[in-house]
Amino acid sequence: MFVSLSPDNKAEIMKDKSLISITDFNKEQYLRILEIAAGFEKNPNQKLLNDHVVASLFFEPSTRTRLSFETAANRLGARVIGFSDSGSTSVKKGESLKDTIIMVSGYADIIVMRHPREGAARWASEVSSVPVLNAGDGANQHPTQCLLDMYSIMQTQGTLDNLQIAFVGDLKYGRTVHSLVQAMCNFNATFHLVSPEELKLPSSVKMHIKNAKLEYHQYTELNDIMPVADIIYMTRIQKERFSDPMEYEKVKNSYVLNKSMLDGSKPNMKILHPLPRVNEISEDIDNMPQAFYFKQAENGVYVRQALLAAIAGVK
Amino acid sequence: MENKKHLNVNAIENGTVIDHIPANNVFKVLHILGLEKNKDQVLVGDNLESRKYGRKGLIKVSNTFFDKNEINKIALAAPTATIIEIKNFEVVSKKQVQVPDTIHQIVKCFNPNCITNNEEIPTRFTIVDKEAMKLQCHYCEKITVKNNIIFF
Repeated sequence: MFVSLSPDNKAEIMKDKSLISITDFNKEQYLRILEIAAGFEKNPNQKLLNDHVVASLFFEPSTRTRLSFETAANRLGARVIGFSDSGSTSVKKGESLKDTIIMVSGYADIIVMRHPREGAARWASEVSSVPVLNAGDGANQHPTQCLLDMYSIMQTQGTLDNLQIAFVGDLKYGRTVHSLVQAMCNFNATFHLVSPEELKLPSSVKMHIKNAKLEYHQYTELNDIMPVADIIYMTRIQKERFSDPMEYEKVKNSYVLNKSMLDGSKPNMKILHPLPRVNEISEDIDNMPQAFYFKQAENGVYVRQALLAAIAGVK
Repeated sequence: MENKKHLNVNAIENGTVIDHIPANNVFKVLHILGLEKNKDQVLVGDNLESRKYGRKGLIKVSNTFFDKNEINKIALAAPTATIIEIKNFEVVSKKQVQVPDTIHQIVKCFNPNCITNNEEIPTRFTIVDKEAMKLQCHYCEKITVKNNIIFF
């Protein structure tokens, strides 16, 4: 299930490496992170980073990811500095991202960063003297979410290989979708893409599927994938993503999962969602065995502990 | 008796000829190289007959030789172009442009939300499809397609 590596190179593999895009790590590195995360799930409070400072730089607000990262750092014994909104920092005075990152990399051992502009984390990793973990850059990548999604898939299916994975909702702007598609291309997945026409998966992401010589199928109807999917990954459709509000009104209820739709699904099927959900998963599913989205969020702490520990070179 | 009329275009003593520019693209190439402001002689031909391509454009620039960045710009705008360098009326070099694998600093990312359009950051692209001319931004990972290529 997991790749175990020799004791000599366990700590060397990801030490001091930034994680900006899910393609920055290879398959063996993903599996190693998942293995380490499993260890933290069994025993979360391991004070391995007592002498470390983790900078948590959230240039745009995020409750879930920020708290998850800060919990992970705290459980490892690290001190956390940073900000949850750039409005009260020198950024408001016009300080460049480069200057902010150079300054913070003089204080911290690892930088965790969320930024509203695509490419910001990549730039930060190039000017920083310490590793950078991308906690989301605009509509581009969200690699740590991807890893916790993979961990959740592994937990529910017992494997990452050869799965039928359905993505539903906003596939155009959903950065969690982009990252997870790219990652699962390493595991011979078949992709089922369910979205309104306006929100299809971008060609730049489909390119990864084609390059891996894998299949994808496109649908506009959610019911069509119920009999085939091992994993249904739901995402929220936002009104502001539509150029024509009337188009949003037409489709807004077409990508809502409710209890009655689960009858035709496979016995092993599980529902994931990066959260927050609005109405796209009805609450009558929450107590069903297929609902895994809350456990998925909890898994974020273990996976982020694993990343911090691996990048610090202690695991 | 046939009375053929020819347009006489002098050979250049020193300078560069950009040959085999796709027809109707020649003014785009002129513009991206800033040749409208060139102080030396610039001769332009468009829709000329070409044995190889049917029709072509051509630019002759006296006393001007292009650097690597400029040649990369020509390669992106006119992938079939040939660069001919002339010294003392002799051809010293004749090469078809090669579309590079990566380009630095000469193209703007088309994504307005890319960090390179909001901070002073030199752009970098990988050319992921040389035939369709698709450029992937190193930073935001979005694709800039041929029609959206804007040169600095």
